[in-house]
Amino acid sequence: MKHLITSAAVAALAFASVGTGFAQDATKGIEEYRKMLEDGNPAELFEMKGEELWKQKRGPKQASLEKCDLGKGPGVVKGAFVELPRYFADTGRVQDLESRLVTCMGTLQGFNEEEIKKTPFGRGEMANVTALATWIATASRGMRFNLPTAHPEERRFYELGKRAFFYRAGPHDFSCAACHAQENIRIRLQDLPNLTKNPGDGVGFAAWPAYRVSNGQMWSMQLRLNDCYRQQRFPYPGFASDVTIALGSYMGINAKGAASIAPAIKR
Amino acid sequence: MADPMRIRAQVTGDKATVRVLMSHEMETGQRKDSAGKTIPAWFIQEVTVAHNGKNVLTAQWGPAVSKNPFMQCVVKGAKAGDKIAVTWVDNKGDKRTDEATVS
Amino acid sequence: MKTRREMLSSGAKLAALMASVGLLPATAMADWNKVAFDAKTLAEAVKGLGGGAPVASKDVTITGPDIAENGAVVPVGASTTLAGVKQLALMVEKNPNALAAVFNVTDAVEPSVSTRVKMGQSSNVFAVAIMNDGKVYYAQKEIKVTLGGCGG
Ligand code: HEC
Repeated sequence: MKHLITSAAVAALAFASVGTGFAQDATKGIEEYRKMLEDGNPAELFEMKGEELWKQKRGPKQASLEKCDLGKGPGVVKGAFVELPRYFADTGRVQDLESRLVTCMGTLQGFNEEEIKKTPFGRGEMANVTALATWIATASRGMRFNLPTAHPEERRFYELGKRAFFYRAGPHDFSCAACHAQENIRIRLQDLPNLTKNPGDGVGFAAWPAYRVSNGQMWSMQLRLNDCYRQQRFPYPGFASDVTIALGSYMGINAKGAASIAPAIKR
Repeated sequence: MADPMRIRAQVTGDKATVRVLMSHEMETGQRKDSAGKTIPAWFIQEVTVAHNGKNVLTAQWGPAVSKNPFMQCVVKGAKAGDKIAVTWVDNKGDKRTDEATVS
Repeated sequence: MKTRREMLSSGAKLAALMASVGLLPATAMADWNKVAFDAKTLAEAVKGLGGGAPVASKDVTITGPDIAENGAVVPVGASTTLAGVKQLALMVEKNPNALAAVFNVTDAVEPSVSTRVKMGQSSNVFAVAIMNDGKVYYAQKEIKVTLGGCGG
């Protein structure tokens, strides 16, 4: 076996000396790697759980979520994901998928909505919200984003989101735009999508919830935003806060026509 | 109770490709938590695949298999309607079996 | 080799006995090949699996990406066209313990399996076929890792 080990050492040296050509090769190689992972995305485990949670009688009211209105009428799941966030007359608010799910868990199942919103990501009922969102996104796979903009609140949220996207503050004077408003920006090997226009199929808004390979966690859009706020050195404005939903409206409306690949698999 | 597995078994010709996703932490026992305490190892050690009740494959895994493991194998002679059952046992003795119908 | 196997199997019997009288947690898996999984090197791992000296072979195939964006999840597969294979193993040379997974194949399955493994750093990865007669053939592939998969 000894000769094997020496060849590894030689290969390691060669690797170190490749230098500049490496970034390009790496991008191609990483694409191949991502393709390999698509077949058997662990997001499917969360999707299964979400479907079960939707149908199960749960909560103080021992009810299922099958009457939940995600914008296309009670119980309609297919196509709901590519039209959110949108305005809901019953709450008088623009809501994204996750905040709408929390509303349904409150009204239909009797869960305490404020408690759920305060629960850390990946725990308790919050983990269930993520699983539900994963399943609901799956039902719209391949469909194109088409957020409604007829209601004045929907247009107001778009403008609010746009402002939030370009708002610069924090110790580094960062905005979302600092990292996401140009082509061909990358941090280490990550290509950062331009989210001020349609970034294309399966990128940005059209990809989350996504299973994150790096930590083996299912990340919802709210958690994605939470983490970008951290990257921006801003405090997170809170689960389902107006600004996070407005950012969703902004990115979602910009993504009009992009095909959804959610739940995706991401680094 | 561990979460269910996702098993897909699809016929191609005279065999079936079986793809399995399992819900498991696959903790290596080499990581530390935020308080600096070692997180104990917790991983699937044995996986068996059965075709219509007969064991066709047994695997032993170490902690280097990725979290939420994926496994693929090809079962000869499996036809649509046949049953594929997968069982895993972890180092704590936790166990789970799920079954799928070949399609 | 024989004595080692005998030792192993009697060890397993002892463990089973201890389990039956409640000395071991009932959960401990008596069959799990601790020797092979604890091995630090490829050679030791192969030996632990009961194989002889490994020989490179074109009839064994290792599949995997050239580069893995994240070492926490690296898709790899092992297959062979050789008849009479007993076990297919996947090993990562530079992991703290080389052996990641071993599949006992029967005639009822194709000698072709895949899974996903963790890699702490760029390394050679091996598909190892251990034959019924104890002969061992392997194929190797270098997989570069841009982010190690053994931390967080
Ligand atoms: C300091 C740079 C930085 C800032 C500022 C930043 N992000 Fe990000 N963002 C990233 C990085 C890096 C990724 C990709 C992470 C990865 O792939 O691991 C990302 C990913 C995303 C994605 C997912 C893209 C995809 O296709 O997977 C969205 C959506 C996003 N950011 C939105 C935002 C929003 C909204 C803001 C402002 C609140 C913001 N980001 C601020 C660095 C930043």
